[in-house]
Amino acid sequence: MATEILMPALSPTMEEGTLAKWLVKEGDTVASGDIIAEIETDKATMEFEAIDEGVVGKLLIAEGTEGVKVNTPIAIIGEAGEDMSAPAEPAATAPAAAEAPAAAPATAAAPAAPVVDSSPDYPEGTPMKTQTVREAIRDAMAEEMRRDDTVYLMGEEVAEYQGAYKVSQGMLDEFGARRVIDTPITEHGFAGIATGSSFAGLRPIVEFMTFNFAMQAIDHIINSAAKTLYMSGGQMGAPMVFRGPNGAAARVGAQHSQDYAAWYASIPGLKVVMPYSAADAKGLMKTAIRDNNPVIFLENEILYGKSSEVPDMDDFTIPFGKARTWRTGSDATIVSWGIGMTYALEAAEKLAEEGIECDVIDLRTLRPIDYDAVIASVQKTNRCVIVEEGFPVGSLANHMASAIMERAFDYLDAPVLSLTGKDVPMPYAANLEKFALITTDEVVAGVKQIAYR
Amino acid sequence: MATKSAKSAKKPNVSSEELMEHYRQMLLIRRFEEKAGQLYGMGLIGGFCHLYIGQEAVVVGLEAAADEGDKRVTSYRDHGHMLACGMDPNGVMAELTGREGGYSKGKGGSMHMFSKEKHFYGGHGIVGAQVPIGAGLAFADKYLGNDRVSFAYFGDGAANQGQVYETFNMASLWELPVIFVIENNQYAMGTSVQRASKTPDIYTRGLGFGIPGEAVDGMDVLAVKAAGEKAVAHCRAGKGPYILEMKTYRYRGHSMSDPAKYRTRDEVQKMREERDCIEQVRDMLLTGRHASEDELKAIDKDIKAIVNESAEFAKTSPEPALDELWTDIYAD
Repeated sequence: MATEILMPALSPTMEEGTLAKWLVKEGDTVASGDIIAEIETDKATMEFEAIDEGVVGKLLIAEGTEGVKVNTPIAIIGEAGEDMSAPAEPAATAPAAAEAPAAAPATAAAPAAPVVDSSPDYPEGTPMKTQTVREAIRDAMAEEMRRDDTVYLMGEEVAEYQGAYKVSQGMLDEFGARRVIDTPITEHGFAGIATGSSFAGLRPIVEFMTFNFAMQAIDHIINSAAKTLYMSGGQMGAPMVFRGPNGAAARVGAQHSQDYAAWYASIPGLKVVMPYSAADAKGLMKTAIRDNNPVIFLENEILYGKSSEVPDMDDFTIPFGKARTWRTGSDATIVSWGIGMTYALEAAEKLAEEGIECDVIDLRTLRPIDYDAVIASVQKTNRCVIVEEGFPVGSLANHMASAIMERAFDYLDAPVLSLTGKDVPMPYAANLEKFALITTDEVVAGVKQIAYR
Repeated sequence: MATKSAKSAKKPNVSSEELMEHYRQMLLIRRFEEKAGQLYGMGLIGGFCHLYIGQEAVVVGLEAAADEGDKRVTSYRDHGHMLACGMDPNGVMAELTGREGGYSKGKGGSMHMFSKEKHFYGGHGIVGAQVPIGAGLAFADKYLGNDRVSFAYFGDGAANQGQVYETFNMASLWELPVIFVIENNQYAMGTSVQRASKTPDIYTRGLGFGIPGEAVDGMDVLAVKAAGEKAVAHCRAGKGPYILEMKTYRYRGHSMSDPAKYRTRDEVQKMREERDCIEQVRDMLLTGRHASEDELKAIDKDIKAIVNESAEFAKTSPEPALDELWTDIYAD
């Protein structure tokens, strides 16, 4: 039976091309794979092969013809002796374009009223113990490893050295070398191995000595871990935690001081956690290990040694997407997370001495974000600053300012301010480093600016 | 040479059924890929589409050496691997056309497809990234005490990625049951292996990490299978990783939009005429009187029907519903 040969699309963007040259003539016998024509695309001249065997009946388009649309019949191929002057069997046509998505409603709906979850993280009357953030993270990992044999810890110096920052102290002794694994210095490789193991049923915790080194591994974090669930249509994903210190420590210069919160928070498929207190570090780490998705857990070297109260209970977890309000006031809202909370709380204390009372909200998780807690507060105070250690351009502070504008524009009495680190690589000199980071004084000044005080 | 010894040892021991099955599998991949090329030309398949034509013996031989529960991961030139491990041609073709009936519901495409059921872990679009992932699959089996092995396939191009050597080191250090399969098809996109690699035999790079390996005639399915069985036995015995460098050849361009100016038409034609993996088995079947022309014709007909059905399914399966945009981003 005669079939039409159609003008092929030979590149992802080709819509038409030039039939540069026929390499067969009418009456020739062709086999599958024989080159029958040369076609010029928008990119190059390509050889076009026959798919089926047969005899060339008719060449419908003369060589040299320009602007031949994709899917135009260019030749007829049939069996020997067949009459191919009759119209050939119509070839399949390209699919109809996808149904256009429904147009956006012409009138914007009113912003949804915020729903705030202000339930306590643990029952009232729970006994408390004082712990450092470092100990809280270690306890969370150890508790989850006791609970689930598929959880393991991998990274540089996590086992015999007891952790570069001593976060995994004692874990090798308790769990052994099968589950607490020292790696060579090879972030790209071990992030990939851990991700592969998560596809096959394990729940790795990958420690980066710092997130600055995770840039060597970021392809696996994003392309392998975050996207596989979607690309596989839900068949397999990466239940794992990537953790380690993030942001500036002290005097370690530009390559060891970057805050990656905004980078990771921009990726669908990842969850991002950045705790400030020891209790939050513990409860959120346990949730992260149990989560069936890749979680970026951003710790901070300066905060590791800070002590605070942690509930002394069996199974303390904190859900993602639930902000914590550290103090309340009606004059302005200060939003921050991680180390930024240090400056937010210190500033609120100083401002209170001057009679300016602030809501101070710790987002705790940056994907998902508890927008409602922030919107509800801004609706009350009508003023907001956001405090972030990272760079200003493309920052989470920018993102939050935009979200506030979209949902609470009518409530604002002043512009929302993004108070971030300066737009410079981190300098080494002590005075310059201090100047590059956000400071308590800058937060105080920022709140006064929007409070017109 | 391992290649030669495998060749001389194999022929008397192969059964008719086994040869027929290899023929069938390789032909299925070839016809499927030709059809995919055709659908691409018609605009039914979009984006990048990398065909496996010419390399069929590699996956068919190695799958014949694998057991139930063994795992595999490869690059974006993945259609052959999926068919060889038993994935449904309809589901693969419908993923190529971006339809609801595809393995990833149309959300992955040619380069990103998976099957948990068949232990196929992708279809990976980033050159070389599947290598540590493959070692990670093996890590999980070792951790869990399973005696399964994993196949991590990559090309001569990916063999120059740093993460491959990071992985060689850890896989050897931790004795992971992973077989690194280098599909050396002579060209990394348009760059010949001679222009990109100082060492012509890429498998020798494993020696520095203590990983044994060998070069194999990747156009000879029986040589591939014999080498695969040796590598599987090595891994299964807990001796750590193994490298198989398959000397193979792709007939088509790197992707559909490759004008192939980096090699001559004669070079491709010579390979097709003298070394083709399917023709080799066809000759063996006929000269060894394992099968008649009519029996082979019947197989050709069956394969054509399977491939045509997959194309029909891929054309008629609906596009994914628009709300699929928002699913499978997070697992519960």
